[in-house]
Amino acid sequence: MSNVSRTLRAMPTLLRVGFASSLAYRSEFFVWILATNMPLVMLALWSQVAREAPIGNYGPKQFTAYFLVTLIVRQLTGSWVVWEMNAEIRQGTLSQRLLRPLHPILSYAADNLAALPIRAIIVIPVAVLLLFLTGRGGVANDPVLWLLAPLGVAGAWLMSFSVMFLVGTLGLFWESSLAIWDLWFACYAIFSGYLMPLGLMPVWLQAFLHMSPFPYLLSLPVEICLGAVSRGVAARSLSIQWAYALAFLACALLLWRRGLVRFAAYGG
Amino acid sequence: MIRVRSLSKDYQVHERPPGLFAALKSTFRREYKTLRAVLGVSFDIADGERVGFLGPNGAGKTTTLKMLAGLLQPSSGEAHVNGFVPQQRRADFLRSIMLVTGQKQQLLWDLPPAETFDLNRAIYDVPRVEYKQTLDELVTLLRLEGLVNKPTRQLSLGERMKCELAAALIHRPQVLFLDEPTIGLDVTMQAAVQRFINEYNERHKATILLTSHYMDDIVAIAPRVLVINHGKLTYDGALMDLARRTRPDKYVSLYFDRAVAATNLEALGGRIVLHDSLHAVLQVDATTMKAVVAGALTNLPVIDLKVEDAPIEEVLADVFAQGESSG
Repeated sequence: MSNVSRTLRAMPTLLRVGFASSLAYRSEFFVWILATNMPLVMLALWSQVAREAPIGNYGPKQFTAYFLVTLIVRQLTGSWVVWEMNAEIRQGTLSQRLLRPLHPILSYAADNLAALPIRAIIVIPVAVLLLFLTGRGGVANDPVLWLLAPLGVAGAWLMSFSVMFLVGTLGLFWESSLAIWDLWFACYAIFSGYLMPLGLMPVWLQAFLHMSPFPYLLSLPVEICLGAVSRGVAARSLSIQWAYALAFLACALLLWRRGLVRFAAYGG
Repeated sequence: MIRVRSLSKDYQVHERPPGLFAALKSTFRREYKTLRAVLGVSFDIADGERVGFLGPNGAGKTTTLKMLAGLLQPSSGEAHVNGFVPQQRRADFLRSIMLVTGQKQQLLWDLPPAETFDLNRAIYDVPRVEYKQTLDELVTLLRLEGLVNKPTRQLSLGERMKCELAAALIHRPQVLFLDEPTIGLDVTMQAAVQRFINEYNERHKATILLTSHYMDDIVAIAPRVLVINHGKLTYDGALMDLARRTRPDKYVSLYFDRAVAATNLEALGGRIVLHDSLHAVLQVDATTMKAVVAGALTNLPVIDLKVEDAPIEEVLADVFAQGESSG
């Protein structure tokens, strides 16, 4: 039996046990989820600014829709693998993962994906609130866009996770790579649409940003859900997003192979 | 089968003296020192053999085990475990081995051990029927009834270690590396773990390489030992041969029915290790042991006697001390 089929058979159990683990840490987990509520803060801020007059195409209703969808997408695409990897590399506990005949990227991915059902506890009420506050007109009314939306969210998750794994792997080369992650996150916060819709940025900057990976991490799936892009643009952007995701994944795996040679397994 | 040839491992270790100036200096320029953890070690271990790996702290035991388990890349030399090269980390290799460390755990802390067992079943792709048989066997051998469904954090150290062993053996590894498996355990639990390791070895013909600072573990489990000091292998052979070679002296314990003067003991020869009125222990050379015993039986009111080798802890202390002076 091939390693791929063995891995696929193992996945349901990995996800089930990962889910059980996230339930065991439920208090901590909910606090962490609440700590990712920056879009709500931004919503309050931008709604206040737009009360007198719309900013670009965004009035209070558009800001409400934008930041509530942003909160949902953020909840569904967030990972924590970079912190987990840094801790495990420093403490040597990565050894326990390395002893198993399963690539650690898969076990980390299962841990992170297994938490999605709990995140849905936050996502579902926000989605209901979104429909209540903005009506159906606040979100996309094209069924094709709704078919593409899960692809955009999955692509954003894979991109985000791969970048985190890539940065986490740098911990094998340096003592800690969390400062690199902070730098990445600062760029993400500004250029992904996390703090403000990219449509409010200067046109030249938008054009430049769309060549960078950041909009595909958040803004793209949000805009698809909001119906702010056409089918053609959505499909084109999704292909760029997945190309980025696969490129980051390939880089992460390549770097992992090189980094593993340097693992010292201190204390583990 | 484990085959190791000229295996070495160097670490680059960052060093700086204490103090603010040194901290600032190290920000701009770091000084690294090469630490030679393992130096050209060679040995063979046959299938099903139980071998103890002995050495003082920092001798290179754990580093060697980690290289053999595929966790560390050797700096030079080669190793083969079950026909695999460990550093290639093939999935089939990882399925055939396990490294259990007494100081680190794989059990999921907030979940019952049963969850880790099931996780390992899935990862190692153990068929459910075989998994149930193995688990039943492990539960019986390790006496885990009532433990597997309690959260790991609520188990005692000894209970956790037994569950660690069970988790490590769900896939029935053919080679088992044990690094201080009884550390921190009380005597009863130590004995239980020793018994279990021997039973596992006998039932499954698994190869076992064990490190431990508890000589009881080595005596109970490993007929053969490898001694490593300063990264170099200094002895490979039977534990008893090592004891006889290093400390050929014997300890003769004598019990009397009335008080015996020290002068009478001195007359027997050897060194008096202990002497109270009704009991004495003499350290004598193995070649003179028979004469000493005969003299004691003839000239002293002996009611019982016992002849023993030097305690294994003392033997090893001598072996390690010889390594210090020659290293």
